[in-house]
Amino acid sequence: MKYEAVIGLEVHLHLKTKTKAFCGCSTEFGNQPNSQTCPVCLGLPGSLPVLNKRALELAIKVALALNCKVREYTKFDRKNYFYPDLPKNYQISQYDLALSQEGYLDINPEGKIKRIGILRVHMEEDAGKLIHKDQVSLVDFNRSGVPLLEIVTKPDINSPQEAYEYLTALKSILEYLEVSDCDMEKGSLRCDANISLKAAGAKGLGVKTELKNMNSFKGVRDALTYEIQRQAGLLERGQKLAQETRLWDAEKSLTVLMRTKEEAQDYRYFPEPDLAPFIITKDKVEEVRSAITELPQEKLARFMREYNLAEYEAKILTASRKDADYAEDCIKKYPAEDKKTIVNWLIGPVLSEANTQNCAPSELKIPGGNAELIKLAKLAEEGKVSHLAAKAVFNESITTGRPASEIIQEKNLYQVSDSASLEATAEEVIKENSGPAGDYRAGKENALMFLVGQAMKKTKGKANPKLMQEIFKRRLPRCVRE
Amino acid sequence: MDLYKLTAHELIGLISEDKINSGQIMESLRQRINSVDQKLKAYVRLDDSGLSSPEPPAQSRQSILKGIPVSIKDNICTQGYNTECCSKILGGFKPPYDASVIRKLKDAGARLLYAKTNMDEFAFGSSTENSYFGPTHNPWDCGHVPGGSSGGSAAAVAADEAILALGSDTGGSIRQPASFCGVVGLKPTYGRVSRYGLIAFASSLDQIGPITKDVTDSAILMKVISGYDPHDSTSINKEVPDYTKSLGMAIKGLKIAIPKEYFVEGLDAEVKQAVREALEKLRNLGATVKEVSLPHTEYAVPVYYIIATAEASSNLARFDGVQYGYRSVQESLIDMYKKTRQEGFGEEAKRRIILGTFALSHGYYDAYYLRALKVRTLIKQDFDHVFKEYDCIITPTSPTPAFKIGERKDEPLKMYLSDIYTISVNLAGIPAISVPCGFSKGGMPIGLQIMAGPFAEEMIFRVAHTYEQNTDWNKRKPKL
Repeated sequence: MKYEAVIGLEVHLHLKTKTKAFCGCSTEFGNQPNSQTCPVCLGLPGSLPVLNKRALELAIKVALALNCKVREYTKFDRKNYFYPDLPKNYQISQYDLALSQEGYLDINPEGKIKRIGILRVHMEEDAGKLIHKDQVSLVDFNRSGVPLLEIVTKPDINSPQEAYEYLTALKSILEYLEVSDCDMEKGSLRCDANISLKAAGAKGLGVKTELKNMNSFKGVRDALTYEIQRQAGLLERGQKLAQETRLWDAEKSLTVLMRTKEEAQDYRYFPEPDLAPFIITKDKVEEVRSAITELPQEKLARFMREYNLAEYEAKILTASRKDADYAEDCIKKYPAEDKKTIVNWLIGPVLSEANTQNCAPSELKIPGGNAELIKLAKLAEEGKVSHLAAKAVFNESITTGRPASEIIQEKNLYQVSDSASLEATAEEVIKENSGPAGDYRAGKENALMFLVGQAMKKTKGKANPKLMQEIFKRRLPRCVRE
Repeated sequence: MDLYKLTAHELIGLISEDKINSGQIMESLRQRINSVDQKLKAYVRLDDSGLSSPEPPAQSRQSILKGIPVSIKDNICTQGYNTECCSKILGGFKPPYDASVIRKLKDAGARLLYAKTNMDEFAFGSSTENSYFGPTHNPWDCGHVPGGSSGGSAAAVAADEAILALGSDTGGSIRQPASFCGVVGLKPTYGRVSRYGLIAFASSLDQIGPITKDVTDSAILMKVISGYDPHDSTSINKEVPDYTKSLGMAIKGLKIAIPKEYFVEGLDAEVKQAVREALEKLRNLGATVKEVSLPHTEYAVPVYYIIATAEASSNLARFDGVQYGYRSVQESLIDMYKKTRQEGFGEEAKRRIILGTFALSHGYYDAYYLRALKVRTLIKQDFDHVFKEYDCIITPTSPTPAFKIGERKDEPLKMYLSDIYTISVNLAGIPAISVPCGFSKGGMPIGLQIMAGPFAEEMIFRVAHTYEQNTDWNKRKPKL
C-alpha cells in the first residue's frame, strides 16, 4: 500500500537579546557555568519574573515575518513539571492565548510553491543544562531563563525534503530578521517533529509519533525518512502504531522509544500569576512591522529584477542576509551599467574560494577589501588583464594576503592590446612555428589555439588573446575551398 | 523607662528630641524578649546572633524610622539571614538577596531583627500551629493560639516583644492574628506593596503588611513599605500618599456598609456584640451605617481554597532538594524528589499541594480552577458595587476570639472557616485592617475589620484611627 506522510514541526529558537527573558542576566553562550545567574533565573524562593520588552519585540517581529496574527490580549502560563534543570519546576510559557497564530511560510520544493501553515508562535523561557560527570550530575543555569520562541507548524508538511526546505527557509528568515543565531550546535535552534502515516488519499490522521534529539536540519530529514520506513513497515505487517515519543540516534541512524502516551505528563497549565496579562497595541505592532527589513523572498525577487539576474544566481547571492548585503555592496559599487561581470565573480571565484575555506562569501577576507575585487573584475572585463590572469591573481591575493593590484603591478600583468606590439609578436610566432601556421592555413582549426598559446607564452600571458586570434586569422588567410 | 512598651511613633519622638537612642531601644527589647519569649515562642531561631541586628548607619537618624527595630515574618527574604517559612524543607536557607520591603526598611533607617517571627509553615494555617518549630502562644492566654499565619508577628507586638512587625496576608494571615492578639494589622491593596522577596504562597493573593500596636504606627510603616517596584510586575505604579495625614480626620458623614452575609450562623455572640457596639460608636461619631449585601460571600471559602492551593502547588514545586534547603539523599532522582518533599513538608503543606495539584489536573481544570476564577470576578464585583456608594465596609475580623491550641488542629475544614470574613478581601484585592474592638468574657481580644476600595488605605486609616482615639482597647496589655 502507498502511504502519505503528515508532518508538523516545532522549532524552539533562542531570541538574541542581551539579557534573559525575565531578569537582567546576560545570555552570552559558553561562559563559566552558573556565572550568569541571579535569584530570578535560579528560581530562588521569593523572586519574581519581569518581562524583557526586547524579547517581546523580537517575538512580534518573527510572528509578523511569518504572516501571523498578533494577539492584542496575551498572557503567560505556567507549565508544571519536575526536572533538575528547571529551577522552579515550572516553565513560564504560553498556553491558550499565545502571542500570535495563523501564519504561513511558503517553500519552493521542485519549483512549485507550497504554503506551510504556522499554527502559533509563542514565547517561553529556556531551562538550564545538566552536565553528567563521573558519578555526579551538575546543573548549569546560565541558559535558564534565556528567551525562547516556539514556532509550531500545521501538519502541512508531506515529506522529509519539504521539512528540510521549511527549516532552511525559516532559518533564512530568522537570520534576515537578526533575531537569533539559529545555531543548532549551540542549541540556539532546536527542532522536534510530529509524524504520522495514512493510506494515500485517506481522510483523517494516523497515529502520530513525536521525534526529538535531531541536531541538524539533515538530521530532521534523516529521522523523518527513517520513521516513514519504520511506520510503513509496521503498517504493512498489519501492526498497530502506538502514540509515542522517539529519540533520533544520528550515529546509528535510527529512532528509539523514549516514552509512550501513557507516560505523557499532565503539565497542569494555568495563568502565571506573577505576570499580569498584557495588551499589545496596534501601534506597537506597526512599530515593529515598520522595522522589518526586506525578507529573503522579497530580496530574491528584487535582485532578479534590479540586477537582471537569473533565479539561480540571485538565490546564491541572497543565501543569507550578510551575503546579500555583501553582494549588493559589490554590485552597487561596480562601475558599469551591466553587472554580469561582478555577479560572475561573486558566484564564481568568490563563492568557490568561500566554499574552500568553509565560510560564507561575506566572511571571506579579500586583501584590500571589496574595492580590490571590483577593480580586478573591471580590469578583466575591459581586457586590461586576461581572465585567466585575473583569476590567478585573485587566488594568489587570497593565499598571500596581498592586494590584487599590487600583484598585477609587480608581475606586470596588464594585457597587451597595443596592436603594433601584438603584430610583432604574431610575426615572430609564425616565423618560429611555420608548421602549425601552415596547418592552420590548410584548415586545421586547432592550430590557431596553438599559435595563440605560443603568443601568450612569449608575452608571459599578457597578450590579449582575443586580439591575438584576430591577428593570426588575418595574417594566415585560409586556403580551404568552400 | 521601659522603652519596649512604647509605640514606634512615641520612640521616634524621643529619638528626635535626643532623649534616647536606637541602641537603648534594642537593649530594652532584647531584655523583654529574653524574659517572655520562652513562654510565647513568637520568634524562631532566637539566639544572640539573631538579635544582634546591626546598628543602622548614622544618617538613618534623619530617616523616618530612626533606628526603630522591626520584626520580620519568616517568609520575607533577608540577605544572609535564615528565611525558612518555618518549614523543614527550607532549613538553613540564607537568601542571597533582600526582599524589596527589607531594602525599603533599611533605607528608612529601620533596625531589623534577624530572629524571624513564627508562622504556619509557608503561611498555611490560621493558628501558627503548623510551624516546624512548634506553635506560638497567645500572650493573652498561653493555652490559646495567636491566630495565623502571622501569629509570631502578632503575638510579638501584643507582648511588647516587637515595636513594629511585618506579616503577610493571603486570606487573613495578618488580620486574623491581629484580631486574636488585640493589635492592629493591615492587609494593603494587592499591588501596593512589592512581593519581591516574599516567599510565595498564592501569588495572586499575597500581600505584605504591617502589624503594629496602634493605627498611627500602621500608617507610618505602610508609608515606608509601599510603592511601585520594577522587580514585581504585579506592583502598581501609583503615588504613595502620606498615610499619617489621614489620621485625625473626622468621620462625620462617612457612609459605612454592613454586609448582612457576615452576621449569620457561626458568628460568636460576644464578637457580634462587640462589633455592634463599635458600629454604634462610629454612628455616634457622625458616620451613617447601613446594611448591604455581598451576595457571593458564601462562595469565598471554596473559591479561595481552589485558587490559593492551585497557585501554592506550583509555587512550592521548587522545593525539591536540588539547589537549597533540605535534601533527602537517595540513589535516584525521583526518590530524592519524593523523599525530600515527603520528609521536608508538614502535613498541611502536603494537603494543600495535593488539593492544588488536583484542581489544576487535566479534566478538572475547567470545573475547578477556571470556575473559581469566574466566581472570584463576581466576588470582586460585589465589592465594586458597594464601594460605589459607601466609603467602607465593616465586619468582624474573625467569627470567634482565639481558640485553644490543639482545638482545631485535626479539623482542617473548621480551621479554614476561621478565615471566612477575611478571605473575600484577598480575592477582591482590596485593603482591610483589623483593630481591637473589645474582649470576650474569657479575656480574649476581639477584632473589627474595616475594608475599603482599591488603594483607599487612607480611608481605612481615617476610620480606624478615629475609632481608636475614642476607645482604649489598644491600651490594654496582656499580663505576662
